[in-house]
Parts: sequence; structure tokens; C-alpha cells
Amino acid sequence: MFLFLFTTLTFPAFAQTSGDGSSYLEMGLIAVVAILILGAVLQIADSLLRVEAKNLGLDRDNTNFSLFPSYSEIFKPKQPDFVDQQRVVNLNDGFDIQLAGEAKKELRLINPTTFAVSPGDFVGISPIPKVVVEEGSEVKAGDILFFDKKRPEVKYVAPVSGEVIAVNRGEKRAIAEVVILADKEQMSYRTYTAPNLNTTSREDLVGFLLESGVWPMIRQRPYDVVADPLDIPKNIFISTFDSAPLAPDLNFVIMGKEAAFQKGLDVLGKLTMGTVHLGLDARGTMPAPAFTQATGVEKTYFNGPHPSGNVGIQIHHTSPISANERVWILGVQEVVTIGKLFIEGRFDAERVVAITGAELTNPAYVNTYIGANIESLIKENVNNDHVRIVSGDVLSGKVVNASGHLGFYDDQITILEEGDEYEMFGWLLPLAPRPTISNTYPNALFPNYKFTANTNTHGEKRAFVVTGQYEKVLPMDIYPQQLMKAILVNDYERMEGLGIYELSEEDVALCEFVCTSKQPVQQILRRGLDMMREQG
Amino acid sequence: MGLLDFVKKIEPDKKSKPFLHTLYDGFFTFLYTPDHVTKNGVHIRDGMDLKRTMVMVVIAMQLCYVFGSYNIGHQHFVALGQHVGFIEGFHLKLAYGLMQIIPIFIVTHVVGLGIEFYYAYKKGHGIEEGFLVSGALIPLIMPPDISLWILALAVAFAVWIGKEAFGGTGMNILNVALLARVFIFFAYPTTISGDEVWVAGLAKDADGIWTASYNWFHTGLFNGLFESFGWDTFQNGRAMADGYTAATPLSLAFQGGWENVTSVYSIDQMWWGAIPGSIGESCKPFIIIGAIMLLVTGIGSWRIMLSVVIGAAFTAWLMNMWGATPFMEVPWYYQFYMGSLLFALVFMATDPVTATSTNTGKLIYGFMIGMVGMIVRVLNPAYPEGWMLAILFMNVFAPLIDHYVFEANVRRRSKRTAVVKRVEVKESAAPVSGAH
Repeated sequence: MFLFLFTTLTFPAFAQTSGDGSSYLEMGLIAVVAILILGAVLQIADSLLRVEAKNLGLDRDNTNFSLFPSYSEIFKPKQPDFVDQQRVVNLNDGFDIQLAGEAKKELRLINPTTFAVSPGDFVGISPIPKVVVEEGSEVKAGDILFFDKKRPEVKYVAPVSGEVIAVNRGEKRAIAEVVILADKEQMSYRTYTAPNLNTTSREDLVGFLLESGVWPMIRQRPYDVVADPLDIPKNIFISTFDSAPLAPDLNFVIMGKEAAFQKGLDVLGKLTMGTVHLGLDARGTMPAPAFTQATGVEKTYFNGPHPSGNVGIQIHHTSPISANERVWILGVQEVVTIGKLFIEGRFDAERVVAITGAELTNPAYVNTYIGANIESLIKENVNNDHVRIVSGDVLSGKVVNASGHLGFYDDQITILEEGDEYEMFGWLLPLAPRPTISNTYPNALFPNYKFTANTNTHGEKRAFVVTGQYEKVLPMDIYPQQLMKAILVNDYERMEGLGIYELSEEDVALCEFVCTSKQPVQQILRRGLDMMREQG
Repeated sequence: MGLLDFVKKIEPDKKSKPFLHTLYDGFFTFLYTPDHVTKNGVHIRDGMDLKRTMVMVVIAMQLCYVFGSYNIGHQHFVALGQHVGFIEGFHLKLAYGLMQIIPIFIVTHVVGLGIEFYYAYKKGHGIEEGFLVSGALIPLIMPPDISLWILALAVAFAVWIGKEAFGGTGMNILNVALLARVFIFFAYPTTISGDEVWVAGLAKDADGIWTASYNWFHTGLFNGLFESFGWDTFQNGRAMADGYTAATPLSLAFQGGWENVTSVYSIDQMWWGAIPGSIGESCKPFIIIGAIMLLVTGIGSWRIMLSVVIGAAFTAWLMNMWGATPFMEVPWYYQFYMGSLLFALVFMATDPVTATSTNTGKLIYGFMIGMVGMIVRVLNPAYPEGWMLAILFMNVFAPLIDHYVFEANVRRRSKRTAVVKRVEVKESAAPVSGAH
């Protein structure tokens, strides 16, 4: 556009008057000075206002105290009606990868034969935890399976009742998973009498959560590790929608569990001195009443493409984490499990899991328990034998075998085709459509096309070349590429300064997806987080 | 697939013939996207890779190549006073232009890619794509008459010292293509500045009259071909018309301002590019088409392009106001018609490796290029063009600009913590008085 501008400016009407240049110059200078002075006065007044607001602590919820409307106020995107009068955070950066194979909204009941809990799902736990059961021992749902020797009070328990049939070991004798053959008929539970929320102390409450085995469901940011029972978190955050590709619709998942969810929120409210924050979906239709009518929490709506549903992004825009601060996060279904513990007095590890992906004949939701066997969940449903099975979403899930088990925190399985094929001139003239953020592909012309993606990297790894790419898909005030470089050179001070505490792997997953240089961004970030954690 | 099997079969052994294997790998990945699949981390990857990014830039400058080649021939014949109309003697001009540009292109790539391949083999990694763009840019920013040995030296210097010494693609501090040019500029200044280097294949004889002499390719190969069609042929000899200056608009402007420029070249001529100059810089519409392509695909940064335009226009406007020399009085918008400003801002300033990496930084970087470049162009008495030096200068400053952008981010973050703490202290303190 600007290039057209100066071609039009070549019209003689705009040509310089060369006659009395000096008076022209004087008048121009006076005008400039006048504007500058006026601008300075306004600027100072504006700054003073904001300083005062800051001193009074009034500016914490993003209220605009400036004399001028902010950019986002002038160009406010259209809001859905239901967020009227509520706090909305509009995020422009990000990208929704359109994939085929979304789960149909029908709930199937599948009873897998085996379930497993894997220490590998818990970041920061020692690789050889103390396993208290043996092969052949009978367990009830909620019975302890193992604990971390460094932190024995956190118990990791059985999701179902049955017989322990294997304690599988991986590399260097690390415990890979504890497998339980589930009872065929009636499931038996360990039962509890939950403490009364109104009378119990926080200490007793924490003790009960630890004892009953729900504690590992509470995770801590930074680092994404299981929460430390000795901490009192600044805030607790729950995102009530998942914006990842093909992610389950939590409005569907929560149906019928409204009471348990609210009970869980009440419990969490006792655990923090701050607030329980709920991140709600303002992207389309109204979220489920379980979320919109939740009480005792602070609700914030988020509007924008993925990763708007990531809790890390929501924390950043609500009450960002600084060094030495701890916040806790939970998933919606984990809150339900805690709620059920207090309502029904038992550890109910029920999970609604979305089975998704283009390689499925019938993608749908299934009702099962934590750690369910993958094979039985996808049986007779996959129409391709050269596939990758991912526990989680395509951006940050884990690869699992068909004989493996669902990850502890996962509520999604994605099946996608392996892409280990050569493609002739694939970089120049690709034949098959593929998801991309780049406008060198005509994808922008087909905004609703659902892609069938495979696992090919579409290129080789290179040094960082293209800039500004990561920032486009990370709606945070963070420079991810510079942070990655700081991690690669072990610069602790810079990592902290550039905000490593605020990030988790799932937040930078899109950066890794779009990376032209095919860098392993999530892996680099995890390395940095581990280094920071070891530093203490 | 048959071809794939064949290509796989001729793969040299990596252990016994490492250099051949590196070469093979380079060409194989050019022909086929590898079968690599994602491991830990994301399971699907964007369809974009560095090869595609780079080749898009190369495609964006193809029109400049087409026009540049033809314009070499056109300027040559105009200087001789033959075939003065733009499309008169089309075949001669095209043949002559190609005869000039093809050796330049080949030498650039043989030297540059040779060094690139050697380093890939030495370091044991794949051949990287960085030179695709540099190699395509270098011929476009050279005078059409450049000696091939000087060019070879310059490319070797740029790739070796400018890039590989810093660690290869993505690690260089200075723009490789500009480094090649600046090497010639300082080592062999007479071949790249002055009024006589911008038209190819001519020398002044004892009487000061332009004279052309052709080699066997022209008189033997092409003349034979053209004669068989009954077309005009290359003729050795002196210029028919005297008084052709071959000076670029910039040196004319330096000598006598805008009137002096328009007395030799019309505005249309400068816009369409039928003027002497570096090979690829002259045709403004084609550069703008390239710019639009880079902007639409998102490969070139609009922030840099826009801010260079603003910086240059603003500085030129200030010069208009000052008006101490005739050059300063050239209306600011006409500055865009002369020299390589457009080419530099579209293809050189936007190099992502050597530019600033932050969005804020890009605005500052571009604006400074515009300012510094315009100052060098107008105020420097020795050499009336500034973009090469301005961009290299700002390349050096890019990390510093970025550093301050990052520092601001760090400070913002630590301030946020401080504010939160202060508020917490206040809240826990005794009731705040309402006297505010």
C-alpha cells in the first residue's frame, strides 16, 4: 500500500513550493513545537494518573486508567452476548490447526481389561519410586501403588480395583508402569469419610487429599510438577476449555457432573490464600452452566485461537507468575474427581476421553478410568495400520504403543498417520494439502478445510533463521526465540528475566509446530525448566 | 517409485566418501523432502521449511533478473547510439545481457556454493540453504561489467569470513550479499563507483568516444545465428553519437540537483528502470511486485520495509527543508526513483538473520537504515549512494537494538513483581486512609 502512496505523491500538486521557503519552514517549526508541548503536557498528566492508580493498587485487573483509550478498546473484537459485563481477555496471537477426525458427541462405554499408572507421567518424580504392591496383590480403587521416596506423603493410587499383574521396568530399572487387571464385575472402592469443609483446618484438608490419593492431580506452575503439600499457592487456576487441535469439548465432558465440579472448586478454595480462577471460553457458543454458574471463583473469559485455552496463557493474562511464586493448576475432570471424593467418599478416577484423529472410522468419546489400556479403547476403529498413537493432542501428547496406557492427566487419544515417506520436491510443490501458518500455501483461502496431517517433519532441522514467527503464535509478553537461545547457552539470569517461569511445554508447542528451522522447542524449554528447578 | 529407487541406489558411502556423500545429500534433499518423522514434542509440523522460505525470496526477485539482463544490453547499445528505442534490437540486447549476467551468476554460485559444500562436509552436517538467496542477490547488486576474478574474490570473502567463520547459515552478523559488494567497494573502488562502470562492454578510446569490442561469442556464435534469420548483428566499433554520459541519476543529482537529473533521464525512464546502474536495482515496478510477493507470503517483514520507507522519506524531507545543496533539494519522493533504495529495502534490509529479531526492534532498525542511508547518499561527497553501508552499519547495531528490547521486557517483568509485592504489603497493613 505504502508503495502506491508515494507514486500518487508524485502528482505536481504535492510538489515543493520553492519560493518563500524560509517562512514556510518557520511556520512549520512553530507548529511542530506547539504540538510537542501539548503532547508532553498530556503525556505527563496521563503518566501521573497511571502512577497514582498503580500506587493505590487499582490497576490489577487491567482497568484502563489512562486518559486515552487503549488500542484494544478502540478496535474491540465483537463479543458473544453471554460475556456481557464480564472480564474478557482478547488474544490475537495463536493458530487453530484444523484437523479432520473430531470426536462425535456420543459417549460410549468401554471396559478395558487393564489399567496402569506410570511414574513417568509425573514430572520431577524420581525414576524409581517405592512400589508398595507386588505382582498378584489385590487392590481397591484408591489403594496406594507407589510413592516418591523424596516426598513420601504424596501417594499415587490405583484408579480401579483388581489384581496387580505387572510392575514393568524401563531403562536403568526405572519403573515404567504398574499394571492392574481390572475386576470384571463390581468395582470395589476404598471408602472415606470426607472432612466437613466448613469446620476443617487447611492442614487437615491437605492431609486428607494426600491420604486419599487425589493430590497428584494438583500440579504446580512453574515447572508443571506435582504440587508441594507444604506450599500455599498464590492462586489456583482451572481452564474450562481446551483449544488444542481435536481436543475434547469440556462442556460435553462435564455434563451430569456439575455438583461434583462445584464441590471440587469449594475444596480448592480452602487451599489458597488467593483466588480460584476459572478460565472460560468466549470463542463461540456459551459454555456449560457448570462453568458459567460456578461460585466462589473468579471467572475470566478468553477469546482467541489456540493456545487461548492453555492455563499458562490464562495465568499470564490474569495474574502472572514471578520467580519464587507458586500457583496450582488442575484440569476440569481432576476437579470433578476431588469433588466426588467429598460427595461420595471414594476415589473415583472416571474419565471421559475423546478418541480422535483422521485415521479412525468412528471418532467419539468413551467413558473409562485413568490409565486405561489404549488397545481396547481404539479396537476395531482404526482404518490404517501405519499409524502413531498419541496420548494427548498432536502438539504436546506422548507417543504410546497400542499395548500402552492412557497418560495420567490425558483426556484425549489422537491417531495419526506416520509420514515416513519421501516426497518429490515436497518443499517446493507439495501435492497433498497440509496445515501451515505460512501464506506460501493457499490455506488461508480455505479457512474451514480439515486437514489430514501426518508426522513428517516437512524439512530438516536448521539453525534459527526466521524471526517473529514464534511471537505470532504465543499470546504472551515473552520473546520465545530469545528464551530458547538463553536456555541453549545455560544463561540462568536471562532465562528468569525472559519469563521461563510462565511457560510450560504446551504453551510453546505451537511455536515448535510453526518453526521453519524445525527446532525441538518443547524439549529445549523442558531442559531449561529442569535446570531452573535443580537450582531451586 | 522408480526414480527414488535409482537415486537411493547411487548414494555414496558416508564413511569412505564423506565429501561425495555431503554433495549427494544436498542434491537428494533438493529432489526429495526426507522421510524424517517427528520425535518428542509436536507430532505434526508446519509445511514450511527453510528451503521453501529461501526459494520464495529467490522467486520474488526473478523479474529483476529478467529486466536486469535485458537492461544490460539496452544500456550498452544506447551508449553506442544504436537501437536507441527500448525494444529495438531486442535479440541483440537480450543476447548481450545474458552473455554478461550468466558468467557472473555462475562464478558467484561456483565459488559460494563450493565453500558452502566444503564447510558442510567438514562440519558433517547437511548443506544449508543460506546461499540460495545470497547467491541470487549478489549478481543483481553488481555493476554489469564486473571482472569475474574480483567477483570471485568478493564472494569468497563474504561467504568465508562473513558467514562460515561465524558458524554458517543463521549465524552471520552481516548480510552476505552486501558484504561481497562492500568488499569490492573498498578493495577495488574504481570497478564499482564513478560514471563509467554502469554500462557494460565499453571503453573510451583516445578521443574520449565510447568504443565497443565483442568477443567470439558475439561475433562468431550469435552473429552467425542472427545472420541466418536476417537480423541485425553485433558490430565492433565506435559510438555513432557523442555526448552520452552513462552517469547514474544519483551522480547527476549530486552535481546539479533534480533539474540536472531530469535533463538526462525522464521520470518514467527512472520508474521503469531503463537507466544505467547495478544489474537488478533499476526497474521499480518489478521490485515492487517482488515486495508484494514477500509481504503477502509473510516472508519479508512489513515492519522493516515500512519503517525504511518512513525513515528515508523523513530524512529526505528534512533535507528538503534544509536545502543547502542541490542534492538536498531533490523532492523527497523522487529519492525513491533513484539508486537502489527500493531494492535494498525489499531484499537486503529484510534479511531475517542480520536484521533485528523483535518486532519493536524491526521498526527502529528499519527507520535507522532509512535515515543513515539517506544521509550517506546525500551528504557523502565521494559516493552518492548509501544503502549498502547503512544496512551493514545497522546489521552491526541490530543485536544492540534487540538487547534493549529484551532488557525492557525483563524490566517490565521485574517491575510487575515489585508492584504486586508493594500492593500486598499495603493490603496487609493497617486500614488505608481515604484521604487520597
